[in-house]
Amino acid sequence: MSSGYIAQQIVNGLILGSMYALVAIGFSMIYGIIRLINFAHGEIVMIGAFTTLGLLQYLGLPFPLVALAVLIVGAVVGILIEKGAFRPMRGAPQVTGFIASLGVSIMLQNLGILFLTAQPRNFSFPDYLQRVIQVGPVSFRSIDAVIMSIALILMGALLFLVHRTKLGMAMRATAENIDVARLMGININRTIMATFAMGSALAGIAGLMWGGKFGQIDPLLGFVPGLKSFVAAVIGGVGSIPGAILGGYILGLAEVLFVGLLPPIYSAFRDAFVFSTLILILLILPNGILGKGMEERV
Amino acid sequence: MLQIADIHVYRGKTHVLKGVRLDVRKGEIAALIGANGAGKTTLLRTISGLLRPARGKILLEGSRTAGRMDISRLAPEGITKLGVIHCPEGRGIFSQLTVRENLMIGAYLRSDKEGIAADYERVCTLFPILGSRSNQAGGSLSGGEQEMLAVGRALMGRPELLLLDEPSLGLGPIIVDTLFATLAEINAQGVTLLLVEQNAVKALLLAHRAWVLEIGRVTLSGSSRELIDDENVKKAYLGGT
Amino acid sequence: MAAPSNRAWHVVLLVAGGLLVLVARATVNEYILSIINFVGIYIILAVSLNITNGFTGLFSLGHPGFMAIGGYVTAVLTFPVTRKAMFLELPRWLAGLQLPLLPALLAGGLCAALTAFVVGIPVLRLKGHYLAVATMGFLIIVQVLITNWESVTRGPLGLNGLPALTTLWWVYPWVAVTVYAAWKIKFSSFGRSMLAIREDPLAAQCIGIHLFKTRVLSLAIGAFFAGVAGGLWAHLVTAITPASFSLVMAFNIVVMVVVGGTGSISGSFVAAVIFSVITEFFRPLEESFDIYGIGEILMAAVLILILIYRPTGIFGSREPRFLVAKES
Ligand SMILES: Nc1ncnc2c1ncn2[C@@H]1O[C@H](COP(=O)(O)OP(=O)(O)OP(=O)(O)O)[C@@H](O)[C@H]1O
Ligand SMILES: [Mg+2]
Repeated sequence: MSSGYIAQQIVNGLILGSMYALVAIGFSMIYGIIRLINFAHGEIVMIGAFTTLGLLQYLGLPFPLVALAVLIVGAVVGILIEKGAFRPMRGAPQVTGFIASLGVSIMLQNLGILFLTAQPRNFSFPDYLQRVIQVGPVSFRSIDAVIMSIALILMGALLFLVHRTKLGMAMRATAENIDVARLMGININRTIMATFAMGSALAGIAGLMWGGKFGQIDPLLGFVPGLKSFVAAVIGGVGSIPGAILGGYILGLAEVLFVGLLPPIYSAFRDAFVFSTLILILLILPNGILGKGMEERV
Repeated sequence: MLQIADIHVYRGKTHVLKGVRLDVRKGEIAALIGANGAGKTTLLRTISGLLRPARGKILLEGSRTAGRMDISRLAPEGITKLGVIHCPEGRGIFSQLTVRENLMIGAYLRSDKEGIAADYERVCTLFPILGSRSNQAGGSLSGGEQEMLAVGRALMGRPELLLLDEPSLGLGPIIVDTLFATLAEINAQGVTLLLVEQNAVKALLLAHRAWVLEIGRVTLSGSSRELIDDENVKKAYLGGT
Repeated sequence: MAAPSNRAWHVVLLVAGGLLVLVARATVNEYILSIINFVGIYIILAVSLNITNGFTGLFSLGHPGFMAIGGYVTAVLTFPVTRKAMFLELPRWLAGLQLPLLPALLAGGLCAALTAFVVGIPVLRLKGHYLAVATMGFLIIVQVLITNWESVTRGPLGLNGLPALTTLWWVYPWVAVTVYAAWKIKFSSFGRSMLAIREDPLAAQCIGIHLFKTRVLSLAIGAFFAGVAGGLWAHLVTAITPASFSLVMAFNIVVMVVVGGTGSISGSFVAAVIFSVITEFFRPLEESFDIYGIGEILMAAVLILILIYRPTGIFGSREPRFLVAKES
């Protein structure tokens, strides 16, 4: 196995990892603030992908505008889900929220099937995003470079927002102690809504990338990135944003290397591998790599 | 300044406050004492809006209210905005935020930059340790330092009425003395205090007036002198001498 | 000690059920019959999941995983020897073995229960939604393994041409057994331990309930019936593929349990009947009007509304009065 091949695999892993990381961030933020495992988060990826398809391919809008619109659509859908399903059951046991999110997820998938049909659609970016770039032994398309840089920029912007602004401070305070946050005068409904909006915007943009990367989209596509990003968030430590980013890249790399370096027989077992890892981590390292021992709120 | 008129509060199915009345006058230090489980914390949480009373009124008259107004239906953020600031039981420090952020979040509803900066200086003069630890995580402070941080954070909100829930909990006697001296100083600067305490002797010595809460009802009230001399209070709360 | 249940009513219900089966056999067509069979299988699934989710409060999404295990084991055991030789590569003893349905079902159920033991011992240390996620992981792992174990399962193609052994006379006795077992458990001291664990694990441990043992057992008992249901399912559709046992199915069963009332056997029973009838009713509608997905959308909406407005479900964890004798 040549070093060029390994370098190529690493780049592929980083591309996949960028998408996992973007989705995992939202998972982690939402869990951090209201201890909800939001299973419907993956469906926002699907919605982002279809929004991209509509705006870019059918309406022919320029790419930067499409990316912006996808961020906004993701945020709006996140807000609607929070308001419609999760806010009315705030304070209920955690499992209730999880089951509800499963319900939201199934509902969005089937709304997709109802209005868009289950037929996969081809998804192709304009030529200037498809050009192949060769760096040494590694080749990738320009869209891959765009994916990786958008991911980095958005992550940087998010970390700035969370650690350097008043809203971010309110979000961190609410995540730690909702009651005391309210005593400080923080409007927790708005803060939680902002968290959903930001997390979902990132998931939306991951949908744009997903379509561009795999070339085909259908209403069920959110399932895989949703689950995998959850695994990534757990690896990094649920509730921690840097953890989610780290977990996303680790999972992306591990998955690609697993498939790329082991004999092909094993690659069919890739998902079993991912979920065994999940269960193992839950059992032996429940706070993940960077988690701060978030206790379950009683 | 604050008048609590016959409030009833339930927690789950338990009827915790069964018709509590008391009134706090502007500028005084009022103390509320009572055994564990009497409902003291519940009362403070009701005043600050974290709990809703099933019946009764909570009337507030301050410089930010138009005359007397019933705050029992307001959300916590609305009540904080009116200058009623609650320093919760167990301190409620945000352990992952820095000391500075903890203080700044106390001023969350304010937008007067200079005022906030001035108050930050003031708090750091009052509690020098906070200034020197400003970039450390709140959770890394000792218990006594965290209590100072909690009081300092409350001051950052420019309180007119400060609700303190067992500030002496878990602190050594020397720290408690310093803390209570600071509370007296804060009161001297014009802040009305409502102090909930297990440490009844110290609370009564500091306060002007006091109430005794027993299983959801006020059973005694008066000036703190009167309560200190009361035989029942002596027996039940002051170690029975 | 008499079980606190009302014998007379139980016998009446049993006889009424038997008569209904007789009438159904005599009157309705194949299509309706198959729907009635599916309803019965869903009752088994919901009531057995309730033993795990409802009584003990272990939120498991792994039920279809156990169902798949039971289904495949049963299918391999009843598969005609000649077809086995054609499609599968099995060890000698298995290749020459062809069992009647009952022992095959029991073997399927036991394999599922055994798996539950093995999986439960590590995984049941997790709590609340983490357990839900881990069991979901288990389900996906089972799917992947079945898909890839081609010599026994034929991979994604699945096994087809299974003998159509499942009839109402197989399904409904199993329904009766499942309901009876669940009822016995609920009103036994073991059942009270389970409920105590659901309400407050710490307190339950304090009064001497063996937390872990009770949890593992309740998972295994639920898994046994899921395995049997899987076997019945396989011999009703006469085919079995890994994709049949999906997360969507887990979701459907969970909806039945939650809507019926976590802990209420009657609740699961009624909800299973209502939901499977509705689903089967919507299927032809979806096909003829091209409105695929509408059934799931409704189901999800009902779930969310119930969780918001009546989180304990329709029946709570109680049973209807007339079925439970007054405590003396
Ligand atoms: N979340 C809750 N749910 C149900 N009951 C509660 C809850 N919180 C408090 N209670 C009950 O309300 C009563 C009053 O509690 P509260 O915390 O107000 O007492 P307290 O006077 O502050 O006691 P302490 O001095 O121990 O802090 C207690 O009997 C307590 O068990
Ligand atoms: Mg208290």
